[in-house]
Amino acid sequence: MGGIKDKVAIVGMGCTKFGELWDKSIEDLVVDSCYEAIEDAGIEPKDIQAAWYGSRESGFTGAHLARALKTDYIPVTRVENFCCGGQDVLRNTCFGVASGAYDIALACGVEKTKDHRGGFSLYIQEPLDRGMTEWDIPPASQFAQYATRYFYQYRDYYKWDFEGFKRILAMINVKNHDNGLLTPKAHLHRKITIDDVLKARIISWPFTLYDACGMSDGGAAAIVTTPEIAKTLRKDYVLVKAEALAVGAAQSTIQPEFDFVHIPENVAAAKTAYKEAGITNPRQEISIAELHDCFSSTELITIEDLGFSPRGRAPEDIIAGRYLLKGEQPINTDGGLKCFGHPLSASGLRMAYEIYKQLQGRVDNPERQVKNLKLGLIHNVGGNVGIHVSAVTIFGLPE
Amino acid sequence: MIGITSWGAYVPLFRLDKSVIGGRGEKAIGNFDEDSTTMAVEAVNDCLKGKDRQTVDALYFGTTTSLYKEHLGATTIAMASDLRENVYTAEFGNSLRAGTAAFKAGIDSVKAGSAKKVVVTAADCRLGPPGSVLERNFSDGAVALVIGDTDVAVTVESSYSVYNEIIDVWRTDGDTFVRTWEDRFVAERGYLPSMRQAITGLMEKFSYKPADFAKVVLYSPDDRRSAELARSLGFDIKTQLQDPLIDVMGNTGAASALMLLVAALEAAKPGDLILLASYGNGADAFACKVNENINKLKGQGLGMKGHLASKRVVTDYLRYLRWRGIVPLDKTAAPPVVAYSSVAAKREYDRNISLHGSKCKACGYVQYPPQRVCTHCRTKDEMEPYSFVGKRGKIFTYTLDYITPRVEVPIATVEVDFEGGGRIQGYMTEVDVDQITVGLPVEMTFRRYTLWEEIGLREGVYLYFWEAKPPRA
Repeated sequence: MGGIKDKVAIVGMGCTKFGELWDKSIEDLVVDSCYEAIEDAGIEPKDIQAAWYGSRESGFTGAHLARALKTDYIPVTRVENFCCGGQDVLRNTCFGVASGAYDIALACGVEKTKDHRGGFSLYIQEPLDRGMTEWDIPPASQFAQYATRYFYQYRDYYKWDFEGFKRILAMINVKNHDNGLLTPKAHLHRKITIDDVLKARIISWPFTLYDACGMSDGGAAAIVTTPEIAKTLRKDYVLVKAEALAVGAAQSTIQPEFDFVHIPENVAAAKTAYKEAGITNPRQEISIAELHDCFSSTELITIEDLGFSPRGRAPEDIIAGRYLLKGEQPINTDGGLKCFGHPLSASGLRMAYEIYKQLQGRVDNPERQVKNLKLGLIHNVGGNVGIHVSAVTIFGLPE
Repeated sequence: MIGITSWGAYVPLFRLDKSVIGGRGEKAIGNFDEDSTTMAVEAVNDCLKGKDRQTVDALYFGTTTSLYKEHLGATTIAMASDLRENVYTAEFGNSLRAGTAAFKAGIDSVKAGSAKKVVVTAADCRLGPPGSVLERNFSDGAVALVIGDTDVAVTVESSYSVYNEIIDVWRTDGDTFVRTWEDRFVAERGYLPSMRQAITGLMEKFSYKPADFAKVVLYSPDDRRSAELARSLGFDIKTQLQDPLIDVMGNTGAASALMLLVAALEAAKPGDLILLASYGNGADAFACKVNENINKLKGQGLGMKGHLASKRVVTDYLRYLRWRGIVPLDKTAAPPVVAYSSVAAKREYDRNISLHGSKCKACGYVQYPPQRVCTHCRTKDEMEPYSFVGKRGKIFTYTLDYITPRVEVPIATVEVDFEGGGRIQGYMTEVDVDQITVGLPVEMTFRRYTLWEEIGLREGVYLYFWEAKPPRA
């Protein structure tokens, strides 16, 4: 099984400001994110030979993208893969280029969650062709089940009560808020304290309001090409080192053996990605990462699933400051989903945008720039327990 | 010998403290996710606990609060009770005598030989206008009896009925609340004369004297009419009259007389003769004789005693009105409801109504919902149905959601691992926030599916599913 490693390069990226963009349409978000990427790559819109467009709530087919950019009858494929939509758009675009079918292709993900009453976030309802066995369980409740079980699993080791664990979740939120303050395009800019998190109202026990990410509108885009063409466009192009996707088959909600302290889809995606990129020690080899922090405990568990911290020991690394902006392995330097916001199908490309800029040393706020980077990783996990979709992508600069 | 071979009852967990509506004592109120159909399912499962469901030939359901004008609640109950598909189902309605009508039909069916075993169930959840005396007396509950000709514990010796054309207590199609004429007219031209006529008719025809009866079980609209009636017929209300339970449970409508019968049977001895009478546009009277088999039936399910002993008191009247859909919910944050599909619903009745999972014949792995390819050994199409009804489980993990709009918050989402295998992810109802914990024992209960719709009605259809709940005992 040949991998994607070093077969494609990213030469341009764009990302809109995320937030409650009441006055921006899908067209605006496509135009703003794609033109930033096109200009960054130094190409013309007509150079794009194929495109992939990601949206869950915002439009069927690829026509939303074509109509906005006035592309000239090029193929546009719409991708929907829940919170991994944006990352899977990039993955498909990369495969399109790696196959040799296209020289230059566009990846774009856009979501207008705030056009919908109640946002996306309150219920994930089953579409028509399902009955109700998979009941409309709110996303917060899906992920909070992991937090509850994590507390039970490790309470003897840490000798903490629930408040002790909630402080760890709060530290993740405080870190992401601190990073978000340094990120102009982020949705939420607000300094918070551990006490703010602990005292906020409960949304889905054990989560309080601050354990949930921002629900936002936004768009992000990437220009993907071959390394050969990339060299002619810029020196600091970014190479794709691995692209992995893993989809659950409902094992976790059917099989009592599943422990709810790890996400098997994450583990499977990471394993594939590390093999493809030739990584044996992710704790040492990954310099920087954007992890899916839809809820604080998702970041906590993902840190362990991806092998950054040993199983059950992420709290110790969090206390030691390992994942802070100035720590040994910074996570979510742009504020993550928590503060940058989470327009579903845009999020993966937004993460790629941050890692791309970080690797190039071109982050929009120098205070946020991390130095001496080798490999950067992005990760998303979407959907419901048991049928999660997890994606891991790894990027690096050319030698 | 034809009569009762098993009994069960269901009194909802919640009791409204009647002092908040100007009354005395408590009345049983169904949760927001309960209705006549769900309560009947609970009662039938209480009645059939540990019994062979495959030998049931018919199910008769009596209620004045059936949910549809056209669609049979009895079939929902039969399916949720895991009865055979070729069971005869029928519904009796439009009268408070609907419960005893179903009872009589059950006896007559067995007597005629068209069925050997009939499940008779009755349930009601009538609404009185807010602030009215009716509201104070009306309550929610269900009962189930098996009528058969083998292992009979209570034979039905005789019956006698009268009808009475009168508009005393009534409700039309468009009415949410029951209407009534003035109380003395209802008693003096309705309840008292009809009940007297049926009971004296029975006693004269079959030569019973008041002293022959160990217990007199009379439907009572309130806390005093049955005593007035019993006294006028020469019964000793202290020793013979079954307490109508108005101050601890309330008047459960069409289910009332049979629920009181179950309460009487729980205290009965072999040899007891019991008089049963119900009212509604006339009256039905029955004489029932208890034999020694009764001792085998006592304590099989929770029955009346078990259900009455297990309760949670509600003092928030607004909360009760929200449960009944009488006051609207805040829907600011409620997203549009996904369209209903009868096609998808019917395809998944096995899991959503019957609570069937599947068990792999190749490796024995139990799984929910039913699968075609085994989640454990991946063998294809070697599954047999597996019922989770009545199985105990434990909470593996859970959450409590306080912000998602629903009639009641928090919404508890749980993963339940069952004895004998299988895990179900779903909602939990009747959550006690102080009591819920990992490892808490739970069982599954048949409920109406409700998000932020006031009464769980989606495009004119009531949806049902199973939720976890703490066992009542």
